[in-house]
This record gives sequence, structure tokens and C-alpha cells, in this order.
Amino acid sequence: MTSTGLILKDVHLGIGGRTLLNGLSLEIAPGEIVTLMGESGSGKSSLIAYICGSLDAEFDVAGSITLEEQDIVSLPIERRRIGVMFQDDVLFAHMSVGENLAFAVPKGIGKAERQRRVDDALVEAELEGFAARDPATLSGGQKARVALMRALLAEPRAMLLDEPFSRLDATLRERVRNFAFTTIKRRNIPALLVTHDLQDKTDRVITLGTANN
Amino acid sequence: MARPLRDVSISKSALARNPFGWAPPLTFAIFVGPILLGLFGTLLPSFGLQPALGQFELSLNPWCAFLSDPALVKSLRLTLTVGFGATAIAVIIGFGSVATLYGTRAFAVVRALLAPALAFPHASFAVGLAFLIAPSGWIARLLSPWATGWDQPPDLLIIRDPDAIALMLSLALKESLFLILMIVGALGQINAGTMMRSARSMGYAPARAWLLVVAPQIYAQVRLPIYAMLASALSIVDMAIVLGPAAPPPLAPMTLDWFRELDTARQLMASAAAIFQLLLVIVAILLWRLGETIVRQSMRGLLTSGIRHGWSERIVGSVGKVGIAFALVASLGAILMLIFWSFAGTWSWPSALPEQWSTAMWVRSVDTLAELVGRSAIIGIAVSAVATALTILCLEAGVGRSTPRWLAILYIPLLVPQISFLFGIQLLWNRLWLDGTVVAVALTQLLFVLPYVFLVLSDPYRALDPLIAIAARSLGASRVRTLFKIKLPLLARPVAGAMAIGFAVSVGLYLPTMFAGAGRIDTLTTEAIALASGADRRQAGIIAFALTVLPFMALALVNLAPNWERRTSR
Amino acid sequence: MTNPPFGVTRRQLSLGLLIMPAMLSGCAKPAPEERISATTPWDDIEKMARGQTVNWQAWAGDPKINDYIGWTAQTVKARFGIDLVHVKTSDTTAFIQTLLGEKSSGRMSGGRTDMVWLNGENFSAAKGLDLLWGPFAERLSNWKLVDVKGKPSTINDFTLPTEGYESPWGMAQLAFFHDSATLANPPRTIPAMLAWAKSNPGRFAYPAPPDFTGVTFLKQALLELSADRAPFYKPVDKATFAAQTAPLWAYLDQLNPVAWRSGKSFPPDYPSLRQLLEDREIGIAFAFNPSEALNAVNSGLLPATTRAYILEGGTIQNTHFVAIPFNSSAKAGAMVVANFLLSPEAQARKADPRLWGDATVLDLSAVAPDDQARFAALPKGAALPDAQSLARALAEPHPSWMLALGDAWRARYAT
Repeated sequence: MTSTGLILKDVHLGIGGRTLLNGLSLEIAPGEIVTLMGESGSGKSSLIAYICGSLDAEFDVAGSITLEEQDIVSLPIERRRIGVMFQDDVLFAHMSVGENLAFAVPKGIGKAERQRRVDDALVEAELEGFAARDPATLSGGQKARVALMRALLAEPRAMLLDEPFSRLDATLRERVRNFAFTTIKRRNIPALLVTHDLQDKTDRVITLGTANN
Repeated sequence: MARPLRDVSISKSALARNPFGWAPPLTFAIFVGPILLGLFGTLLPSFGLQPALGQFELSLNPWCAFLSDPALVKSLRLTLTVGFGATAIAVIIGFGSVATLYGTRAFAVVRALLAPALAFPHASFAVGLAFLIAPSGWIARLLSPWATGWDQPPDLLIIRDPDAIALMLSLALKESLFLILMIVGALGQINAGTMMRSARSMGYAPARAWLLVVAPQIYAQVRLPIYAMLASALSIVDMAIVLGPAAPPPLAPMTLDWFRELDTARQLMASAAAIFQLLLVIVAILLWRLGETIVRQSMRGLLTSGIRHGWSERIVGSVGKVGIAFALVASLGAILMLIFWSFAGTWSWPSALPEQWSTAMWVRSVDTLAELVGRSAIIGIAVSAVATALTILCLEAGVGRSTPRWLAILYIPLLVPQISFLFGIQLLWNRLWLDGTVVAVALTQLLFVLPYVFLVLSDPYRALDPLIAIAARSLGASRVRTLFKIKLPLLARPVAGAMAIGFAVSVGLYLPTMFAGAGRIDTLTTEAIALASGADRRQAGIIAFALTVLPFMALALVNLAPNWERRTSR
Repeated sequence: MTNPPFGVTRRQLSLGLLIMPAMLSGCAKPAPEERISATTPWDDIEKMARGQTVNWQAWAGDPKINDYIGWTAQTVKARFGIDLVHVKTSDTTAFIQTLLGEKSSGRMSGGRTDMVWLNGENFSAAKGLDLLWGPFAERLSNWKLVDVKGKPSTINDFTLPTEGYESPWGMAQLAFFHDSATLANPPRTIPAMLAWAKSNPGRFAYPAPPDFTGVTFLKQALLELSADRAPFYKPVDKATFAAQTAPLWAYLDQLNPVAWRSGKSFPPDYPSLRQLLEDREIGIAFAFNPSEALNAVNSGLLPATTRAYILEGGTIQNTHFVAIPFNSSAKAGAMVVANFLLSPEAQARKADPRLWGDATVLDLSAVAPDDQARFAALPKGAALPDAQSLARALAEPHPSWMLALGDAWRARYAT
């Protein structure tokens, strides 16, 4: 069972001769959310970029990443099918909330079905009736929920969460976090959360030492 | 409703305290005054009013004469072909190329080449390009007679074709470089990188992701520059003289011909034509806006179709890549041609290289060249310095801090066809007894240099951490002292960069220089255009080459300057 | 305007708009007036001229011409104490606009331009608008040398009597040229030109009117194709224009389809035409200067085998002049310079094809034998038309034909 999840084996990351990560190995099972804790500069965001496929070419990298038993290191971002939720919500400003969501629905699905999925996502995010809204008019928590639903509508095989709650205030953070965790769990996919917020606890917490530097 | 009131009260109270409060009205006067007076001075004669000749009778004759001109329909068609064609192609090349190249190594190369390519004045680009692609040009020479069998230049309509296709394509290539530079600038304004990652992580192919997600937001940022491109393409003169047809030419060169006629009725007709071009540009921008809406509506379906990759982005991307390659090759080839010709002794068809190389023409031209370079440089330095100073003072006075409305005003000289108000401005200088003086040329150029300097300088200026100035002032430094001792040293490099851009713009201005100079103030650009039509190609090569080198050197100087700002701005 | 642009209030705005012209108008300053009456002796004029600065606005498109004017400046400085400044211009009509503005704003003296180079249309326009000072030409001491009988265009500029408001400076004539190595026997009449073009399609071109050289070709063709030339020496009559010009259009209707680029594109001006000959795209070119071909050969722009010729029935000839604007602040100086330009020394130098190559306006039999020798010593290049053929001259039509022919051509071929 575990072999179908997200598996990192002996991952090394470095830049300009400086080592950021030295031999990290990690297995995340479907439905499991692992938190990677670490101070800034500990390489956790670079790790997210490495898994997602957006790491700058100037980084030195080693180690394998497999997802559903497929080695994904050599795949470009768009073929990894890994959803990402960033610190910034990056909702596309020129599209409505509904269009942002529809943008993520895979192709080859009929119009009615696309619409149904978008509507379901809005219901799930408790944002019914928001489809025609301009993202700029949404609150921070609403934006975060739309961003997550958008990532999930693309049917990712895994989710990466790059400090997605750090821009939200404390009370909102709690709600959005709970929403995110339940929603991801419902999809039964592996998820990795990087954060420096001790509150962002999940199934398993791994702390990256600054000793790696 | 309450908002306008608040704005006014802010500007008033700011003016009371701000020692630079006088700068915006002064700038406004220098800027909008001549344009309004210029438009007015063109509008009056178009209705037969000529106070100078004692004619105060309103008449529609100039308009009737203009609208019934036999060449008008053809000329208008050419104008629209060049205007819309060049702009649309430039937009496709600009967006298509960035869509496919974004994030690649090639993009870094293109970016590095952009600044010098942009400093390449339209006039010398056109002259060099003509040397390259004409039936007697280098490409034909390289292939003849061994590959083509041509033992004399072929009777082919390559440049000056009656439909102005050559002019349209050349202008499109030139403007695509400008647009890419604007796109690169706008990329920094939006969170393009993260948006791309986001869209790609949902499975979108890079070029498609860029076109669907980034491009529409970039477009909103570069809309004004695109309108300016459209306006200038609709009223292009310098490149049209070199590469466009003569019988008839597009509207702007035809109007210029009429202005030069000694017949009073013809000059009134020219005024009507100049005003007509203003209306044409307004209608064209409205049409372009309509086109934007149509494209946006037809793209809506694509946004939500869920299709991750397809032919469309590959086609647009390929067009973009080919276009940008052509634009860069054409620019390099054009410069090469200018150098070749300037050192050619004799170079007859179909030799691929001059039979003799010679510096004779350089030696012979040294006096003229020194005079032209000196005059162009002095005007350029003066204009860019004044423009930079006014920009800094206006920024200090708080212009453009909150609303983007100032931006539209700044764009007026770039959106209004030059010929529509330059004729009136010439009359204004004439009235002030300044026509044909360096002062008039410099003041006229300022209208076109100021917008660029403002656009280049305002972002780094506003990016400067306001806390630095507050800290300095809390230590007791006056606003003036803070500006000179703290802000300007920190902004030295952007200021120098803005001056260099201003200088490059000034050196390349053709029509404003010609009108304000009344034919008496020759600069490298006016001379290059005058020689371009077919005088001695060696001489044209030298002048156009010098015209290229001058702004390039200004930009290079800035890049050599020590990088002070690195410590303070991100 | 509750929300003014630039964050500027209306009051500040009007303040700004006031500042600018006030700021700028401070630059103009008046100069003292000089008095020259109809009886002022020439010696007095020369005395008044001493120390004056003469701003001569002259087309500066040719280094040869600039060099000639430079030589003139040196000479008049040495001999007459005049500072002659060449105000270089690329636009030969702009001075009219400038003078008109000065006149309408009442600047009747202290003008910035003291002498202009002009002819034909320019003169007609400037004189018509009362922008020229005069009459002065007939009072110049060298006036008696001018060949007013043999070269009537020295006093009839495009049919308009000069009435002493401009002083002749040089002669120009339409001349054709070709490379004798590739074309031994060029066509020598306008109809022969068409026949040649038909048998050599794409090899003949003329600049697109309203370009000056282009319209001159039209005028040349019109004169040669018309049995009655009298109407062309009067202002255009709209009623008869179509009938009078019909032969020209019939001719061009045949010529254009066999011309360069099948008449779909035209070179914009003379230099482009010359370049086409240089590139061997066309076989025949023409210029409004008989020594143009020789000049081009000397600059290496055309092969040494280039030959120039005048058409059998003669070609259009005209004179160019210098004139003095109404508000010149150095009228005496300008008169002395104009007089110097008429001197056999200056005229012989202007006629030297190595230096410029314009035929003289003087009557050589009237000049002193020493000066005649100057002209006799001038080199005869192989690329120059011979002297006999240069005598075959046609007078310029009335200036109104320029615009009318240009317009009619545009209406027929540029739509």
C-alpha cells in the first residue's frame, strides 16, 4: 500500500556549494499528511520546488522521488500531476472564481459535468453562489479555500502545501487549516506541508534541523 | 463621490508643505501646453482660419479638398494596413515569443539583446534593413548570380511595394522588440512565476499556461504601450520614407508632402489631413479595444475547456519564435550593413562584399559627422537632463502616487499622432521667434522624451523604501537635503538609466526635430532619413551607423557605472 | 474638473500655461535698422556691409555645395569684412512659413535670415506674400554681366518676371545619363524613350510626382508631346487642362506598364533614381543638373563609362537665385554677397565640374578677357553633355503647372 504514495529517497539539495538538505528520505502514504517543520533557510521550500518540478536549474540535486511507483524527477511540472498550494493564493485575476475552478477541471469532460464539479467544489468550500465573483473581492480565507479547491479539481496524485496559511490571521488560519486537511484527506492522496508554524500539526511531523546548513 | 474631493484636498495640502509643489504645474505647462496649442494651431487652418494671413473666415474647403483627394482611399488603406497589421503582428510576436521562451535559457539571451535593440533608432534600422532586403541588397547579392541566376537586381517589389507590406513587416519586427521589453517589465509587476507554477502543476503545457494565465494580466499592463504603438504605426513617417511606397505614401508622409507645398490651399488641406489622423487614431484605438473584447470573449471558452495543450499555443509560439528571431537577425543584419557600406570603397552588384574597403568616406564626412553628432548629443543630453529633473521633482511632489490617471496624460504625446500637433507647434515657435533654433527643437523633443523618462524612473523611485527618507528627515534633514543627499545617491543608477533612455529617444526623434528645426537644425536622424532615399549609400551608412552608436553608447555607459543601488533595492 | 490630472488644480494649471510662453518669448531681441535708399551708391553699400553678419539659408544636401558656400564665406570675409554664415537647411520651403510668421507678428526688422536660395515656386510664393526685399538685383555692380538676353530665365523665373527681387546665381538643365558600356545609343526624344522602354521592360523609371525631378520629367514630356506650348507659359486653366495634358497621359498610360516595377512602385526622388542606375536596375536616369553624372562618376557612384546628354528637342532649363527677406538685418551685406556670387571668379568656380558644375548666368562676351580665360580653362569631362547640346534649352512652364501636373498624376496613377 505504501508504495503507491509519495516516496523520497536520499534527497540532497544544495546551491552554490552550500548544502540545504542532506539525504532526506520520506514515505507519505495516500491519505496521509506529513508536516515538514523548519526555520527559513532550511531548504524546505526548495524541497517543495524539487518535488513539484519548479526548482531552478542552478540547484545541485540528487536522490529519487517516486509517486504511484513512477519516478517523477525527470518529468516536467505539468506531467507530474502534483497539486500545489502556495503562500500566495495566486488566483488568476482575469478570471472569475468559477472560471478559476473550471480552469483546473481535466479536459474531455462534458460541459454539464464540468459545471457540476465546479459547483460541488464551491459547495465543499462553503462558497455557494460565488462562481461569478471577481477573486479580488474575496477575503483571505475564501481565496485560500478557492485556491485549494482549484488545485484539487485538477485531480492531483499528491498535494504540496507551501506555508499556505502563513498569510492568514490566527483565527482564520485554524479554520482554513481544518478545511484543507479534511478536504485533502477526503481525496485519499499523500500530502506534504512545509511550515514554520508549530500549530500546523498533522499526522506526522518531521523537523528539519538547521544543522544541515 | 467623496473620492475626488479627498484627492484635491490632499494635493492642496501637500502643495502647501511640499517645496517641490511648483514642479507639477510647470511640467504640466511644458507638456500639455504645447500639445493643446499645437492641436489648436493645426485645427484652425483646417477650417480655413489663418490669422497669420488675415483670414478669419470659416470654411470647409480644406476638408472638402482633403476628402476628395484622389489618392486618399489608397493612402488610407495603406495607413490602416501598416497601423493594424504592424501592431497586430508585433503583439502576436511579442506574446507568442515570451509564451514559448519564458523561463528558458534563450529568454535570458533575448532579454540581454533587448536593450541594445531598442536603442536602435527606427531611422537607422530602416536604412540598414533596406540595404539588406532590397532587390539590390545584401541577401540578393549573397545568392546571386550562382543560386538565383540574377545578373542584375531582379525587378521585384520587395521594398516600397505599393501595398506597404514591407513597411508593415519591418515596423512589426521593430515594434515587437519594444513590446517584449514592455512585457518583461510587466512580468515583474505580477506574480508571473508562481502563477505559471500553479497552472503547470494542474497539467497545463508551459506556453499554453502562459498564454491563458499570464498573458491576459500582462496585456492589461501593456495596453497603453500597445495603443501608443498603434498610434505611431498609423502615423509613421521616418520608416515610411525609407521603406514605404511613394505613390501614394501612407497618410502621414502624404500630409508632410502637402505641408511642404507652397500652395496655401494645399497647406490648409494638410492641416485637415493632420486633424483627420487624430480622429483616425481615436477610432482605431476604439476599434482595437473592440478587438480586445472579441478576443477576450472568444478566449473565455478556452480558459475553462480544460484542454491542457494543443496546436494553438504551438502555432502562436512558433510564430513568436520565428518573429523574434527575424527581428533580432534583421537588427543585427541592419547594423552590419551600415558598417559594410560605411567602409565600402566600391561595391557593385552582385559582389557579396565590397571590392575595395576604404575609410575615405569616413575621412570626408568627419566634419559633417562631428557637427551632427555634437548637435544630436547636446540636444539629447539637455533634453534628457531636463526631463529627468522634471520627473524627479514631480515624483517628489507626489505625482502619480495614488491614481494611474497621470499615466494617460503622460501618454498623450505618444498617443496623439505627431503630425497632428507638430504643425501647430511649429507655428507656435514661429510666433515666439524660436523656430529653427536648438531651443525649439529641445522643447519639442521634451514632449516625447518626458513620458519615457517618467515611465522608466517612476517604478524604481517608488520602490525605494520610504522609511529611508523618513529616517533622514527625522534626523532633521530637509526634504531638499534628503532628496540630494539620500535619495538621489541611492537612485543614481535608475536615474542614469532613465537619462540614457531619454537620450536614446531624443536622438531618434525625426518628425519633432524636423518641424521644430524648420529644416535648419539637422540631427543624425534627419540627416539619415534625408540620405536614406538613395544618396551615397556609404554616406548614408556612416550617418545611420553613428545614429545607432550614439544611444547605444549612452546605455553602455550606464551599465558600466558602479552598481550602487544593489545594497538598497531588491 | 473636480479630479484634475497630475493632481494639479485649475489655478495651478492656468498659472503653468501662462509661465511657458512668457518664459520663451524672452528670447527674441530686436536689431538696429539699416537704411538703403534707391540712390545709395554701391560704395556706400559696401561700407555698410563691412562688419555685418549675413545669415544665408541654403539647402545643404550636397557636400560640394556646402564647400562652395564655405569658400564664398572665406572670400567675402577677406575682401568685404562680411561674416557669412551658412544656415544649412534641408527644407527649401520652410523659410516661407518662418517669414510669414514673422511678418504677421510684426517683426519687420531684425530678422534672422538675410539671404535665401530659391527659384520658381518658392519665389512665386514668397513674392506673392510680400516676403522679399527689393528691388535690388539690378543695382548690383555685376548685374551688367548677366546674360539676360541669351538666358531669359535669369529675369523670368518660371515665367514670372523677377523685377529685381532676386539675383541670379546659376543655371540648371534637365540632362539624361546612361552607362555607355551597356547602352550605346540611348533614346534621345520623349517618344523614343517610350519605344526603348517597351523593348526593355522594367528598365526605365522616373521619380513619383510631386517630387521635383518627377514633375520636371512630366513637364519635359508634356512640352515635347504638345504642338502648342503657349498655354504652359500661362497659369493653369482648369477648363482646358484636361485637353492640354491629354497627350501626356496617353504617353504615360503606355510607359508605366513597361516601366520599373511595372509602374506599381516609383522611386521617391532623384537620388533613388541614380541609385537604381548604379545598381543597374534601370538603364537611363536623369537629373536637373547636367554635371550630375560627372559628379557621380567622380564620387565613384557611377562607372567611368557614364555619359550624359540633352534630348534632341532640348530640355527644360531654369535659373536659381538668391533673394533678401523683407526683414533682413544685413541687407547691404546680402547685396554684397549676391554681387560677389555674380562675379566671374565665383561663377567660374561654380561652373567647375570638379567643384560644383553649374552653368554660369553671365554673358561670357561681356566679361573681361582674363575672366573669359577662367571659363575656357574649365575641364570637359566625358560624362558632361557637350556645349552645343546644352544650348538646346526649353523654358520652365508657369509655376502653377508644377502642382497641377503633380496632382493630376497622383489622381491617375497613385490611387
